Amino acid sequence: MSSAISLSRIEKWFGAGTEAVHALAPTDLAVAEGEFVVLLGPSGCGKTTLLRMIGGLLEPTRGALKVEDKELWSHGVRQGQALSELGMVFQDANLFPWLSIEDNIALPLELKGVGTAERRAKARELTKLVGISGFEKRWPRELSGGMRQRAAIARALSYNPKILLMDEPFGALDAMTRDTMNLELQRIWMETRKTIVLVTHSISEAVFLADRIVLLSPRPGRIDTIIDVPMPRPRSLDVQAGEDFQEIAKMLRHRLAEIS
Amino acid sequence: MSAVSNNDIVSAPPAAARRKPMRESVLPWVTTPLLLVVLIGIWHFYVAATNLSPFILPAPAKVWDAWIDMLMSRRAWGHTFLTVYVTVIGFLWALVIGVGLGVLLGRARWLELTLNPFIVATQVIPKVALLPLFIVWFGFGNTPKVIVAAVLAFFPILTNTVLGVKSVDAGHKDVMTSLNATNWQIFRRLELPSSLPYIITGMEVGIVLAIIGAIVGEYLGGNAGLGFMLVSKMNGYETDGLFAVIIQMTLLGFFFYFATGALRRFLIPWHQSVNLK
Repeated sequence: MSSAISLSRIEKWFGAGTEAVHALAPTDLAVAEGEFVVLLGPSGCGKTTLLRMIGGLLEPTRGALKVEDKELWSHGVRQGQALSELGMVFQDANLFPWLSIEDNIALPLELKGVGTAERRAKARELTKLVGISGFEKRWPRELSGGMRQRAAIARALSYNPKILLMDEPFGALDAMTRDTMNLELQRIWMETRKTIVLVTHSISEAVFLADRIVLLSPRPGRIDTIIDVPMPRPRSLDVQAGEDFQEIAKMLRHRLAEIS
Repeated sequence: MSAVSNNDIVSAPPAAARRKPMRESVLPWVTTPLLLVVLIGIWHFYVAATNLSPFILPAPAKVWDAWIDMLMSRRAWGHTFLTVYVTVIGFLWALVIGVGLGVLLGRARWLELTLNPFIVATQVIPKVALLPLFIVWFGFGNTPKVIVAAVLAFFPILTNTVLGVKSVDAGHKDVMTSLNATNWQIFRRLELPSSLPYIITGMEVGIVLAIIGAIVGEYLGGNAGLGFMLVSKMNGYETDGLFAVIIQMTLLGFFFYFATGALRRFLIPWHQSVNLK
């Protein structure tokens, strides 16, 4: 089976010479088609660095990085073919304040030269998918944090990439909104059959969402353990009280305490 | 009794709460003209009481007459429009060059470091002092005046553009990078709209400086424009006419300043400064 993302001996150094920081030790990882992988770890463990490398925002110092069997970097230039398979969602929604919600969602399509009518139709379809129908013409500042993040997810999905990369997407939201967004993300994932790699430092978010949790440890960042989460889907928020959930969460908590 | 307490629950908000926004929007239309009338009144009675020579300070009524005369005169309007023309052309040059260079400097740190001493030099030179040189080079036509207006308006537009481009949100840049946007797309879809609030602030300062540049240019070189008119009124000891020209210039300044400010509402309706103003 071919994997959606494959990293071999991926490594990242910041700076050079004696002051260089080893952000990520040589790392291998394969993410399967349609899989939901969560990168979990204490701050400084390189999880965001790893995700930004997969997303083409950072060039690996060494190693090979393939997305849908296409090289992401070639001679220091990021490859559009591989990039178009990736959609990124950040901790801040990063919507452009001068564009309406609809135009924000359709921005990637506009950059690719898609016509107005098609863009509008796609934006409408996506606002429905992420649950913000009726807000197409609003400014981003008129929406709540949770709704803005929904719009950001819609924007990442607009050009139909196979993979969604999410960097602590709900980290800035309050606990209640966060629970809702976790449920919504599970629903969107099951509806669209995307491959998702999500970074978080919340144990319960990781266990709730993941098929597989990749636990990273710091100095230098590296993969510590990989844990399967075999709970059935769709998961309701109630699973958090269940024994399986608690067991995995407890194990992660202990391991995190050891490596931090 | 129960009917009364029901009324309490559904009662209207206190009168003051409803009236206040109304009062705030109307207030300046009453108090500002009132203050103006008071100031003109003081001026009028001071002139009448001290028997000042009209060569030193003419009475407000005389100034008013002189200004009305000016408005009736075809030649005075010709001078006004020439100043408008010089201001606008100079300002547009400053806008194009200031924004263009500002975007380059904001993007390329090495270019900013290289050019910075030159840009500071153009700022600290008293630019008006260059006017005789421009006249030597370009004659007594409009060109030297347009150049002075442009040179004066250029700097605030440049510095604000640089600041705007540098203030582009890093997260927004990540979005464009992850979408594999071209350099032109990053400029057109991100840097330009993101910098517009800064550029407009630069324009508001720049347009006023462009007027100053145009008028000073007309003082020195030439035989037309409001600046020239001012000098000829001075030479003719027409102090009331002098005031009339100053009024005309001030109104021109107001017009340009508010016209530039109005761009805010059209160009950046999404920006918070629109609601603050």
